[in-house]
Amino acid sequence: MSMTPTNLPIIPKIRKNAILTLLTKGSRIDERSFDEHRIINAEVNVIPNANGSALVRLGHTKILTGVKAEIGTPFPDTPDEGNLIVNAEFLPHASPVFEPGPPDERAVELARIIDRSLRDVRAIDLNKLVIIPSKKVWNIFIDIYVIDYDGNMIDASSIAALIALMNTRIPLVSIDQSTNEIIIQKDSYQPVPLSKKVVTATLAKITDENTGSRYYLTDPSLEEEIISDTLITIAYSEDGLLTGIQKSGISSIPREDIPKILELTRKLAMKYFDRVKEISSTLLSG
Amino acid sequence: MGVHKPNIKLITEDGVRIDGRRPDQLRPVKMEVGLLKNADGSAYVEYGNTKILAAVYGPRDPGAKHMVLPNRAVLRCRYHMAPFSTHERKSPAPSRREIELSKVIREALEPAVLVENFPRTVIDIFIEVLNADGGTRTAGVTAASLALADAGIPMRDLVAGVAVGKVQGVLILDENEQEDMYGEADMPVAMMPSYREITLLQLNGVLTEEEFNRALEMAMEGIMKIYSIQKEALKKKYAEIEEA
Repeated sequence: MSMTPTNLPIIPKIRKNAILTLLTKGSRIDERSFDEHRIINAEVNVIPNANGSALVRLGHTKILTGVKAEIGTPFPDTPDEGNLIVNAEFLPHASPVFEPGPPDERAVELARIIDRSLRDVRAIDLNKLVIIPSKKVWNIFIDIYVIDYDGNMIDASSIAALIALMNTRIPLVSIDQSTNEIIIQKDSYQPVPLSKKVVTATLAKITDENTGSRYYLTDPSLEEEIISDTLITIAYSEDGLLTGIQKSGISSIPREDIPKILELTRKLAMKYFDRVKEISSTLLSG
Repeated sequence: MGVHKPNIKLITEDGVRIDGRRPDQLRPVKMEVGLLKNADGSAYVEYGNTKILAAVYGPRDPGAKHMVLPNRAVLRCRYHMAPFSTHERKSPAPSRREIELSKVIREALEPAVLVENFPRTVIDIFIEVLNADGGTRTAGVTAASLALADAGIPMRDLVAGVAVGKVQGVLILDENEQEDMYGEADMPVAMMPSYREITLLQLNGVLTEEEFNRALEMAMEGIMKIYSIQKEALKKKYAEIEEA
């Protein structure tokens, strides 16, 4: 059963008022402008036993994403496609309000948002993951670990998943014609067939109860997230298509705000793509 | 969704859908309020072959004291599919999909309920999908908001929902299961219609920005129709009581 959260982190009223007062003056408590995201850094292939991995920092939010490729069997209705499986875990390390145990509804939601953003636009060309049609395919597991939570884990996870996938190596295989056995070649690899790059872009809607003013903040910090009433996430492909949407939170969004939300999220997504490109090029040259 | 099965024509060149509807046409909608004896509020909703039973209990004492809030009621929501509601039997254990949908449906109802009127209580909302033929979450929201109203819980507005899909490049209102499964996009929307406030918005699939804007307009038009049927269903119940 889904329940109104009763254990959310709390923030002092004086701090909340300070944030709101600054918003009325057009600035944020960490001195960012409304449409500015926090600093993004990434390390790749930090997990030697994974086929690909990325540790991404978005401000103080830290996400570790590991990609594993395993040989499996295709689903009967998609005999010529590999499989994509996304899971998310909120480590108890990441926040005083995260408890150990199976993924709760927020972790399930996060994983499903990332999954949907990639799946229908066919960001990963699953047809290229077939080893023996109807029999053997590659299963690509994306496991998202939230290890430090300071707001906006959706975008941080999406960026971490993208960077990890861009740096994933799947072993090359051959098939023994006489025995039909799959032989995994040593030390020769192929990249994940990434046909489109996708990122999510998240805004927090903050309502000043005294004035009724509404603010949409790009890449909310944890404090901003706590005093916000709703998050809106839109996933974009690099060529500008909308590949997923999720409204998350206990409030609503006025219809008239949609054009502004589209403009802000699109701008944010394109900034994320630019930063991912920068990170990739430094990785190549380094 | 995303299953690519060739040779299924979901819409003709003249814009006629597999069940004969026009692109912007809802399925036959049926609503009944207050059909359960024990629940504080209940509703039954059909969008074509999608059949939903919703029940509300509360505001009531939650039993466990750590599950309340001092300044408002806590909402608890379960979206669940009956094992016989799908073509192949669905395990009754909650799936990841049901866990997520329970959350987004709760969050679609939270803005409408005047939760601040009932501190230290819990309001339980149970949504059971009896037969699934696409649009179960939006029909679920529609049914749940009727059940809340039937329970006499004060609300800012009813919440009405409908999905917009895309098949063969054409935007369509209120997709059925086949259109959802073989289509290119599914965008469920729920609103408080009188306030023009969106309380549920998801997109699974791919749309251009222009398509998204048109899809949202289509959803709003469908929602207004569903909203008036909701109000009729509530009035009808109280008219019957007057007669009796």
